[in-house]
Amino acid sequence: MFRNVAELVELAETGNKKISDIMIEQEMKVTNRSREDVLAQMERNLKVMEEAVERGLQGVKSHSGLTGGDAVLLQKYIAGGKSLSGDLLLDAVSKAVATNEVNAAMGTICATPTAGSAGVVPGTLFAVQRKLNPTREEKIRFLFTSGAFGFVVANNASISGAAGGCQAEVGSASGMAAAAIVEMAGGSPSQCAEAMAITLKNMLGLVCDPVAGLVEVPCVKRNAMGAANAMVAADMSLAGITSRIPCDEVIDAMYKIGQTMPVALRETAQGGLAATPTGRELEAKIFGFALDKKE
Amino acid sequence: MKYKSVFDIIGPVMIGPSSSHTAGAARIGKMARELFGREPEWATISFYGSFAKTFRGHGTDVAMIGGIMNFETDDERIINAFDHAKKKKIRIKIREEEAVTDHPNTARILLGDKNGEMELVGISIGGGKIEIIELNGFELKLTGHHPAILVVHDDRFGAIAAVSNLLASHRINIGHMDVSRKDVGQMALMTIEVDQNVNEEVIEGLKKLPEVTQVTRIVN
Repeated sequence: MFRNVAELVELAETGNKKISDIMIEQEMKVTNRSREDVLAQMERNLKVMEEAVERGLQGVKSHSGLTGGDAVLLQKYIAGGKSLSGDLLLDAVSKAVATNEVNAAMGTICATPTAGSAGVVPGTLFAVQRKLNPTREEKIRFLFTSGAFGFVVANNASISGAAGGCQAEVGSASGMAAAAIVEMAGGSPSQCAEAMAITLKNMLGLVCDPVAGLVEVPCVKRNAMGAANAMVAADMSLAGITSRIPCDEVIDAMYKIGQTMPVALRETAQGGLAATPTGRELEAKIFGFALDKKE
Repeated sequence: MKYKSVFDIIGPVMIGPSSSHTAGAARIGKMARELFGREPEWATISFYGSFAKTFRGHGTDVAMIGGIMNFETDDERIINAFDHAKKKKIRIKIREEEAVTDHPNTARILLGDKNGEMELVGISIGGGKIEIIELNGFELKLTGHHPAILVVHDDRFGAIAAVSNLLASHRINIGHMDVSRKDVGQMALMTIEVDQNVNEEVIEGLKKLPEVTQVTRIVN
């Protein structure tokens, strides 16, 4: 069983395997199930992700009215042919947003690694597949590769916004997606780790400060940037750029930053954007009162 | 290692919007329901920390009530759980607590009917994973990842041996075991995680042991 990214990469490279192979093999061993069984379960998750993106691209609205419809706006903009940052990147952003808009509307999604950060991994997958033309199994492998990196973060740091801030949620998701993009694009296991490190470094310190405590503002747009960050970091790693700080140390830094982060900035809706005048106003409008002034 | 399966990371499939505050809450509720063993007539839910501050926005309340009615994390009936509870005539009370707990996402659930009450404390540790850390005043650690047997017994010599002997005679392997007691010679609780689901015959056998007062199982 791998305990950190260094071990994961070593297992893959000495065995001349992919990261996804190592994750699939470990899952079979730990849960005592066949390869077909494990792949079939992941395919069911993939289907849920496909349906969520599809629903989001048709346009949804959350109960609070705070989020919804941005995925559609972005698709229309891409179709206009005038995008500056590139169609593929914006497609990933739009599909990440689509998933999170469905999540905010209490729709069905697959947590990757959490619901609040569920847009990044499928968003990037469904965008890069247009360029890389993966097989069905390669798409399933994308999820195992992201899962392998998420597994390390979850066991050595945290994937909970309440425990470690948004860096632990969208930060982790973004790093997981970057690593999986690299594998799908033909990069090596160590390049996957570099992409994860580069991504997570740029998410360090990100706080969890949801307006009214809802997984909407700023969560949906953080998924957008999480997807963009993953795409750029994957390209950087594939270009041969490496992280000066090893991936495991970045994960450890993220953990320690999370531990020293004030409670007000860890999913309590007491600080950051939640505590801005507009954040409080929206909160009062939604619940009929502001949560911090209830007594 | 807290997370053992890749599906803890890529999963669960769930109703939004939060894996810890919605899916995790549903799972704590469902675990409470399983431990109670039947549909309760009343439920009092106390939220602490981040749960207390944000449960309205995350649907933590509806998810937990859904779980108490045995709904899974991806069951769309969660959205209207209050209506479903009303139809089933389950009386629900929600409390926001100020007390600071070790974990930011903590809930205390009291379930009851005319035959008895049960109280547990659950925490949601991220990505939908949960732990039950207290049951009827006993400390324990239950993740719901493995089938488990909970045995309430008198704190007396030989009680633990009698239970493990009986399991051994049915060729059941114990993966993890915790013992906890209120005081020397008082009521005690064994939490036993096993590798396979345990059948009714074993449960009945355990109930007949002299020191044993109550047996509950968690099927996986």
